[in-house]
This record gives sequence, structure tokens and C-alpha cells, in this order.
Amino acid sequence: MGILEVKGINKRFGGLQALGDVNLSVQENTVHAIIGPNGAGKSTLLNVLVGKLIPDSGSVMFDGQSVLGRKPHEIAQMGISRVFQTPEIFADLTVMENVLIPCFAKRDGAFRMHGIESVADEKDLNEQAEKILSEVKMLDKRHMTGSSMSRGDKRRLEMAMCLVQEPRLLLLDEPTAGMARADTENTIQLLKDIRTERGITMAIIEHDMNVVFSLAERITVLAQGMPLVEDTPDKIKDHPKVREAYLGEAQV
Amino acid sequence: MLGLNSRDFKLFIIVCIMALVAPIILNPFPTDSALGQSFNAGYPALMQRFVIFGILAIGFNILFGLTGYLSFGHAAFLGVGSYAAVWMFKLLSYNVVPAILLSVIVAGVFAVVIGYVSLRRSGIYFSILTLAFAQMSYQLAYSVLTPLTNGETGLQVYNGDPQILMSAGDPKTPHLFGITMNGQSQIDLGGWSFVFQNGYYLSALFLIASFYLSIRIFRSPMGLMLRAIKSNQTRMSYVGLNTKPYMLAAFVISGMYAGLAGGLLAAMDPLTGAERMFWTASGEIVIMSILGGVGTLIGPVLGAGLIKYLENIISKINESVLQQWFAFMPDWLEGSLVTILEPFVGKGWHLTLGLLFMAVVIFLPGGLVQGGQKIMNLFGRNKKSDAKRRADAPAE
Repeated sequence: MGILEVKGINKRFGGLQALGDVNLSVQENTVHAIIGPNGAGKSTLLNVLVGKLIPDSGSVMFDGQSVLGRKPHEIAQMGISRVFQTPEIFADLTVMENVLIPCFAKRDGAFRMHGIESVADEKDLNEQAEKILSEVKMLDKRHMTGSSMSRGDKRRLEMAMCLVQEPRLLLLDEPTAGMARADTENTIQLLKDIRTERGITMAIIEHDMNVVFSLAERITVLAQGMPLVEDTPDKIKDHPKVREAYLGEAQV
Repeated sequence: MLGLNSRDFKLFIIVCIMALVAPIILNPFPTDSALGQSFNAGYPALMQRFVIFGILAIGFNILFGLTGYLSFGHAAFLGVGSYAAVWMFKLLSYNVVPAILLSVIVAGVFAVVIGYVSLRRSGIYFSILTLAFAQMSYQLAYSVLTPLTNGETGLQVYNGDPQILMSAGDPKTPHLFGITMNGQSQIDLGGWSFVFQNGYYLSALFLIASFYLSIRIFRSPMGLMLRAIKSNQTRMSYVGLNTKPYMLAAFVISGMYAGLAGGLLAAMDPLTGAERMFWTASGEIVIMSILGGVGTLIGPVLGAGLIKYLENIISKINESVLQQWFAFMPDWLEGSLVTILEPFVGKGWHLTLGLLFMAVVIFLPGGLVQGGQKIMNLFGRNKKSDAKRRADAPAE
């Protein structure tokens, strides 16, 4: 029994079958990559997992509880965090404030009226935020605003915000898309560190095979909305069906 | 101090002092001089408007400045507050305490209902919804709910009203446990005369309290959440925060500020009419905030002050005043100057306001506060520490 159990998900957009009977089981404490050619339904699947899309049929269970029909903030409070293709951060706020917000969300839940206390007086949370920032090596940038940072730094910041939530499952949607080579390497290293130090379960959707094969422990290949195979990276590399559907003539 | 950091505390003290000595510093010219007649603003009726509309703008800024949700119907809460206060005068007594209390509560309840519906949409749709609600309230007050609002005539206190808590010796005007709002003392010093009015000081105390509360909200976790809403709602919900109740709380708090302002308006002058809810009144609140500096602590107060000053001062200037000013010039120049300027003064003061508003939006999108900062920087006031300060507190 995996921490995330996806069973028989179907989703149609008009005449297009975006997801057809998708089954997926993400085991606790693994990095599970979901790959597939363009239009395979990867993003649709991710949107179903975080409550943004409701599938036509099927079930998504996280740790024994259904996530279908729940709002994104409820799913986040259950312990699922998400990293977006384009980093979603609070661009107008400082790096420190960016990290403080999930600190409050973690401690106080989805809503609390705290309009009189001062943020500066919350010593514990400020310390926690600084600790996380030094973990992702951004402590020296804590007074900068989110919008003034490089793509790679925005990604680190977003990751830091997810770590604050102490998620049990981290969903990553093409975490290195559009990044320079060096930033990609840094991000892979950061994810590896998080993986070894915190043992967070991850589900990654990714195009870049370099990223996939350096991180993943299990790989599911989607093609035209259906899961094609699921196996370890070594087996996937040489799987004839995968080569045919996804890799084509190109060699990895 | 008082739970504020040193910079906020300084700002707070400045606001306190300004509010308390306004009757003196707003009268820079001798009372009977031509300049004094035209430009002095230190008379009670105008100063009351400064502080009351200042309260309104502070409250509006909690919604618009922090969350970025532009309410175009805020005058509805002001109007509702005024009606509630006048009803308290009619039913209980001229004491302002129950009147102001009820105006805040009624406006708050009103804001819960309007906010709950309007906050289902964001951006322009939210603005249109609030505008629609405000215009509905105006129409209801003007022509439908006449038993409650006395329609076109406006609501006021009549001799036949119950006023059940009224005892024989009580003043026949709004008062605070016997201290009448229009009671005043005057000090004459040389050519100057300074008027200290009870009503003004009550309003000023409310302004100080409102300002203090607004600083606390800005610096609180909730203030941070509200700024996060403005910045990125998607990320906010994905870190596990429910944006709806935060927005509703901001909406209701800002509605209650408007209710307080409405109650104070009625306490200064115990009558009210539907025109307080008209959409132009809502628009004026938006202009105040933008003129002063949206999202800054002090900006909206400055904006409110400037607009009320222009409204009262420029509208007093007329053709003969202009002729008097330019009397020293040759006739042809005087005549043409008066002809050019005349449309911008008196009843045409809106034209001046419009030009000023355009200039501010184009050249100083941060409002008067940004203008102030630019001037400070011109004088080379330790630029490095300024930059650091802005980084520490971007929502000054």
C-alpha cells in the first residue's frame, strides 16, 4: 500500500481522453518520476492530485484518505506540497516573509485571526524560517524581494517554502524547466540533499531525462493518457515499449 | 514602544501630535488677512472632515492597500453608519457613545453580507459587485426604505422623537456625557484666533486609535497574509492557507472603519442623507487612497486631507478673489489670467483635482508618500539606510 494510491482515473476534455484508467502507486520514501511525451496527460494527472481538477471517475487516496473534492489548501494541510513549473512565490514580499507565511500556515492552520500580534515578535517562527533559509543557502538574501531573484533562486525559495510544511509527499512539476545548465545541476543537488536528509517522498513530472535518471527510484511512463509501464530506471531505459512510444529513435 | 518598532512608533507620535495641534498649525496666516481668509484650514468644520475622512481612508487602505481588492462601494458603509447613529439619537438620546457603537456594528454586519457575496469574484468583477451593492443601498435609502431613511429629505432628529434616555438637563445637540460636540473654546493671539472644538478632538482621538490599530494590523501575521493574497493567491492556497476568511476579515474591518467614520459624521452634525452612499462618494475614497499612496500607512490620511482641503479651499475662491490677487498686474494680463484660472476654482475645483490626480498617477504612482521619499532622497538623507529600510518593510 503506497502513500499515494491512484486508482482508475478517467478524465475527458470534450472529445479528448486526457487520462484513461490511470493507476499509480507511490511508495513511501521513494522518488517516483512520471514521464511521457507531450500530451501524455502528466500535468492533468498532477492537477487531479492537488484538487485543481476533478476526474470523471476513479479515486485518489493519500495515506488512506480521499483527496478528491478537497480544496488545494486542505490538501496542503494534509501534507502534500507542490512545486510548480514556473516557481510560484510571493514576488512582492521579501524572501524572509515568503518563508514565514508557510511557517504560520504550519503552526496555525488554514486560518487564524491574528491581527494584533507582531510578526517580529514571533521569535520561534523567525528562527525556523532562518534555519530553512540557511538550509537552502539563501539566508544572505533574506531581505531581497522575491521578484528580484534569478530563476534558480526562485526555485530554491519555493522549495524552502514547501519544506517548511514538512510535507509527506512533495509533487514537482518539471522543476528544472527553462533553467540554465548550472541552475539545473544545483536544483538536482538540492533535491538529492532534501531526499537524503529529510526522506521526503517525491513525485516528479519531468522532461529532462538527465534529471529523471539522476533522481528517480521508480518511473511510470504515460503515453496518450495511459500508463505504459512502471519500473526501476535501469529497466525503463531499455524497455522496448518505452523506446517505441516515448524515446523514439533518440538514444538516452 | 506600545508594541510598535521604533520607526512605526515615530510615525505614530507624529500623527498624534499633528492631530492634536492641528487647530494651531493649520492656521499659518493671521485670521483676517487675505491669505488667512483663503488658505487657513484650521476651522472645526474642515478639520473634522480631515480626521473623519482620514479614518475612512485608513480603513479602506486595509482592504485595498493590503489585499489589492478595490472596493468601489465603500461609501455604503459610511452611509449605513450615519443612519445607524442618527437612529440612536432619535431613539435613545444625543449621547454619541451608543450612536458610534451601533454605527460600527451595523456597518460590520453589512460588510459581512456584501463581502461574502462580492469576494466570490476578484479583480474588476469584485469592484463591480461592490459598486452594484452600494448603488442598491443608495436607491433603497433614497426611495424604497423611506420609513427608515426619510428618503430625499434625509434623516434627522425631530422634537417628537422618543429619545427615551434623554433627561431634562441634557444638551439638545450630540454630546459625550454632557460635553457637547459643537462646544469650543477660542484663543486669540495677536492676529490669529485658534478654535479648539470638542467634536474635533473626539474625532481626532478616534483617528489616533484607528491609525494605531492599522499599524498593528499592517505588522501582524494577518497583515502579512493579506499582502500574500495581493501577491500570489495560488501559492497561498498551496502552502495550506484559506484565502477567503482572510479577505472577508479585511473587508469587514475596513467596512467597520467606514461605519465609524459615518457615525462620527453624524455625531458632528446629527443628520444624514442618501447622497453619502452615492457612487461618487465611493470614488472619492479610492482617489484619496491613490493620491496619498496605496498600501502605505500614512498615505491615505494625507490623501484624505488633501482632497478635503482642496474641496473647501479651492471652492471658496471665486472670480473676485482672483481679481484681488492679480490686481497688481496690468489689466490685460489680469483679465486673461482670471479667465484662464476661473474654470479651475469655485465650483470647478473638481477640474483642479482631476489635473492633480492625473499628475500624481503619471509621475508619482506611489502617491504623495513617494513624492515625500523622493524629496528626502534629493536632500541626500543617508541613502544606504533608506534602501535597507525599504527592504525591511516594503509595505511602509
